[in-house]
Amino acid sequence: MSLHEVFRDCAAQRRAALIGYLPAGFPTVPDSAELFRAMVRGDGDTPGCDVVEIGIPYSDPVMDGPTIQAAGGEALRNGFRVRQLFDLVATVAEAGAAPVVMTYWNPVHRYGPDAFARDLAAAGGLGVITPDLIPDEADEWLTAARRYDLDRIFLVAPSSTDRRLAMTAEAGSGFLYAASVMGVTGARDSVSGSARDLVRRTREHTELPIGVGLGVRTAEHAAEVGSFADGVIVGSAFVSRVRREGTTGVAEFAAELGRGVRSNPAPVPEVVD
Amino acid sequence: MTARDSETSYESVTPGGTGVSGHDPDSGGHFGSYGGRFMPEALIAAQDELAAEYDKARDDPEFVAELERLLRDYAGRPSPLTEVERFGAHAGGARVLLKREDLNHTGSHKINNVLGQALLVKRMGKRRVIAETGAGQHGVATATACALLDLDCVIYMGATDTRRQALNVARMRLLGAEVRPVEAGSATLKDAINEALRDWVTNVADTHYLLGTAAGAHPFPLMVRNLHKVIGEESREQVLRRTGRLPDAVVACVGGGSNAIGIFHGFIDDPGVRLVGMEAGGHGLDSGEHGAALTSGSPGTLHGARSYLLQDEDGQIAEAYSISAGLDYPGVGPEHAWLADTGRAEYRAVTDEEAMHAFRLLSRTEGIIPAIESAHALAGALRLGAELGPEAVLVVSLSGRGDKDMDTAAHYFGLVPEAGITGEDQG
Repeated sequence: MSLHEVFRDCAAQRRAALIGYLPAGFPTVPDSAELFRAMVRGDGDTPGCDVVEIGIPYSDPVMDGPTIQAAGGEALRNGFRVRQLFDLVATVAEAGAAPVVMTYWNPVHRYGPDAFARDLAAAGGLGVITPDLIPDEADEWLTAARRYDLDRIFLVAPSSTDRRLAMTAEAGSGFLYAASVMGVTGARDSVSGSARDLVRRTREHTELPIGVGLGVRTAEHAAEVGSFADGVIVGSAFVSRVRREGTTGVAEFAAELGRGVRSNPAPVPEVVD
Repeated sequence: MTARDSETSYESVTPGGTGVSGHDPDSGGHFGSYGGRFMPEALIAAQDELAAEYDKARDDPEFVAELERLLRDYAGRPSPLTEVERFGAHAGGARVLLKREDLNHTGSHKINNVLGQALLVKRMGKRRVIAETGAGQHGVATATACALLDLDCVIYMGATDTRRQALNVARMRLLGAEVRPVEAGSATLKDAINEALRDWVTNVADTHYLLGTAAGAHPFPLMVRNLHKVIGEESREQVLRRTGRLPDAVVACVGGGSNAIGIFHGFIDDPGVRLVGMEAGGHGLDSGEHGAALTSGSPGTLHGARSYLLQDEDGQIAEAYSISAGLDYPGVGPEHAWLADTGRAEYRAVTDEEAMHAFRLLSRTEGIIPAIESAHALAGALRLGAELGPEAVLVVSLSGRGDKDMDTAAHYFGLVPEAGITGEDQG
């Protein structure tokens, strides 16, 4: 199944896709395989994530807040290696969700973009989210990704100009990742009003689905974001749940969020802030 | 030698650089395959704004004049070029001339860049400045400029470094800056940069990141280089006047590489002048404990640019090591990567031991205590002089003064009773 089909099916159910993130190898590689399965499975009543972002732990995660920094650091201290990523990608695919990789650029640069795309596609991966690679610098990656039919998922931000929104939408595929606030990853108490505005501005330039991330931590947030975005992205809150409650907690949290995106709240009138 | 050389008229060189030289990167900030902008999209608008504002400012006579005035009346430029005969006797008898950036206000070359960027901040109408610092030199210079120009200032500094450089922390606080220790990662310079970038992406609307070296995403490598070009332009004029010829080599230490790129650019169109950068060899390249990104690293992306860096086979950034906090960085500015690949400049590594030998030698032969960073360049001059012989003329960038390093030196050489005697050479 492609990302295009995942978003199409969710749209047919009149809901947003649930996109969950955890770092690969956190806290260990075998544990993280269990956690990814739990994120997809949900609690038995409600399924969990439609799309799973598998993060590559990185030594210098400048876009991440303390929660994800600490988790990635733990994975690295426990010996995670990039070559172990691909089995985890296959695990997610076998569990029935759409696997994408989220990574800072240097590990891919070092692996070789073409080799990385080849190995990711072979494992069943569908695309890569690149938080510090903008389309302006992505020629080599775009070539490799097209060659292996992988989606190129770029970020847009509240500070992006209309010209850059158009250019980024043109270069991207699969979906666009809208960073809802100016800042790093981390759960927040409320969903920023800038998210809705960014989604509205981005839609003027693209038919691609738009996922909203940064700050979503409850089923209520998920429902709210799902009312105006095509995908709801949850990362740091999953990491916190791993810390508090382990695999069972992650499965339950995925189901809670799953109910959130299915709760179908009354459509919220579009607000321009 | 006398301390002050008044032969150079400051008005003859232009600080900040004007116009486009044949050595500028493309519009995306690429020096060959290096540089660029490997940055979060959220920061691109700010980088674009900065690049546009800098383009306007560098050709604006009012901006150029204001910067010129500050560099002259506040920082004390031009800095002298001091010939050091007794030191030169140890460098194969070569004529060695030191470009005295240590005599600038705040004690290093850092002030050139900081004054230029702080003036840009005022032009952009931002109120808040953030910066990283390793040893504290750039943090002190930034806090100084912010005090002068009435800007709010937050300095990120690795927690390890705040302990190693407690006096500089006090200095920054006295100047009105807030110092935030960074506990993440190795708690040193690279982690301070990470934390400053996290602050910037959150507060970019009213905040300028005043990067301290010629690295990072475009336009920083170009802008910081141009703000330090005055070092090389003054040096060229001074050495011609003094010796009647161009030097055989220009030598500078390279961490991020800002003083080196500044002095190199005064001579870059003189093909007979060798440009030699000295990296931190730490405990030796074989030990794995060093900061020699160009001599021993490989291409990758870090802090916004593609350049050489120290990394493992997975692309995880390695921790650098040097006795000098200012060279303790696993990357290097992208233009140096390009100059290394094209062969216009050459790069070598100097160990802690060689640097500390040169540190003490200059102190004892000339009465000048250099920064340990700059002592790496001096060690390079000792080697080059021995290779080139007594006919050679060497210009060395003495990028900073050594007061900040007295604690390290006292321990290394066993100069105070309570300090452990760790240096094997008691001289």
